[in-house]
Amino acid sequence: MHLTKKEEKILDGESGEVMARLFRLLVRLGDIYGADKMIPVGSVQVAGVSYKSIGDPGTAFLEDMASKGAKVKVLTYLNPAGMDLENWEELGFPKDFAKNQLRIMKAFKDMGIVVTSTCTPYLAGNLPRFREHIAWSESSAVSFSNSVIGSRTNREGGPSALAAAICGVTANYGLHLWENRQPSIKIEVSSDLKSNSDFGALGYFVGKQVKNKIPYFTGIKDANTDQLKALGAAMAASGAVALYHVEGLTPEADLVESKGLEKISVSQKEIKETYKKLNSGKDPDIVIFGCPHASLREISYLADKLDGKKLKKPVWICTSRMVKEAAERMGYNEIITKAGGSIVADTCMVVSPIEQMGYKTTGVNSGKAANYLPGFCKQEVCFANIDDLVEGQL
Amino acid sequence: MKGRMISPGKAKGKAIVSTEPIGFYGGIDINTGIVIEKGHPLEGKSVKDKILVFPCGKGSTVGSYVIYGIKKNNVAPAAIVNKETETIVATGVILAGIPCIDQIDIDKIKDGDELEIDADDGNVKIL
Repeated sequence: MHLTKKEEKILDGESGEVMARLFRLLVRLGDIYGADKMIPVGSVQVAGVSYKSIGDPGTAFLEDMASKGAKVKVLTYLNPAGMDLENWEELGFPKDFAKNQLRIMKAFKDMGIVVTSTCTPYLAGNLPRFREHIAWSESSAVSFSNSVIGSRTNREGGPSALAAAICGVTANYGLHLWENRQPSIKIEVSSDLKSNSDFGALGYFVGKQVKNKIPYFTGIKDANTDQLKALGAAMAASGAVALYHVEGLTPEADLVESKGLEKISVSQKEIKETYKKLNSGKDPDIVIFGCPHASLREISYLADKLDGKKLKKPVWICTSRMVKEAAERMGYNEIITKAGGSIVADTCMVVSPIEQMGYKTTGVNSGKAANYLPGFCKQEVCFANIDDLVEGQL
Repeated sequence: MKGRMISPGKAKGKAIVSTEPIGFYGGIDINTGIVIEKGHPLEGKSVKDKILVFPCGKGSTVGSYVIYGIKKNNVAPAAIVNKETETIVATGVILAGIPCIDQIDIDKIKDGDELEIDADDGNVKIL
């Protein structure tokens, strides 16, 4: 890889030990994946924020960086934390967990990172443009920015995104290059997709089949950004899909070469079977929406359903602090709280310690959450659409 | 077998082979090194001190921190061998200092084989 004189000097430690260490990681990745040079990034999103995910080793790593004066060079947002950063006590998050989580947040803030913890930075003020090079890491945010916006990022590991933020650059390889954004498999969808959970089920099924390929969907007649968010999130969780194209809907679909690809058909039968597969439990103790973080449209839909009702069990809807602010202003928060539900900000069911909070069975409408909850939160899962899940609690 | 060095180092140990991709986040317990993903072919098995062989990574990008964490908690594999190492695993092994090689025909490695790894040269030897 070609390095400029200035970059060579960073490696030699001229900009400090932390910069040298992080720049070395980026150069190493560039060398492995055949990058020709470093390129500037427009923004960064850093994963590895919840204490539950990174534990003591990750916390020590971040505090070490912060104490050595590392500062980010570009707009940098964070992935969800392990708890609501303001409302944690009321929601029942354990105290010792909170203490460690707040240490992590302090380290990030000291590095100049915007402590807005969300997997939907594009809904909360970090919106890249078409073809902009970025270094994002949360897998659903990577999928959304590459596929729906058409910006360019690899699936950055938490530490490599942090390195890109502090160095302001990333190595030019993989999905930064047009030739690597071409689809490698065609998915012909004949099933009629209605709810967001249908898109989650489709994503879960396709991710399992295609692993890290780039799928090109045909037959999806319409989908709003919430549905595309659900589709991409599930594919990134059950597989490693970082980019997909949807004929007629996503910005690069008309520009890529989609002829002569191997094909997979998905009919109503596969979708039905996926629902069945993802349902390991009955009768949830808690229902959680907002994986990835809910948009205002999703929160308003839930508020409509709960208006004047009373819930039997807790219902959470997870979102970013920014969207929660708007929901409060619209009175959605009050409606949901009155019904016995909660809008939970900064965190989500996957990265929060719900298993320590006494919950055993969780209801979700997210293919991504259904993928992670059994292993990571020891939960049995009820996977269904939002209408069925809410009506089951009234 | 000759592959590509992802992260340098040498190691020797018993192979633990997964035909399925591994997602470290939500797939492996950071404190015990035991595979916790439900229905995974390696569910319930420990990767500690083994040569962990799998086709490619999958799932969450937080996986890099889990790899770093299992190393710091002394429950990491001695080395990793992949068909194709993607960035999440690469970042994790570089940061953690776990030897790692990819571009290996992993179908030739059987669970329980004794392996010798020289990642510096990209060499995997079945003993």
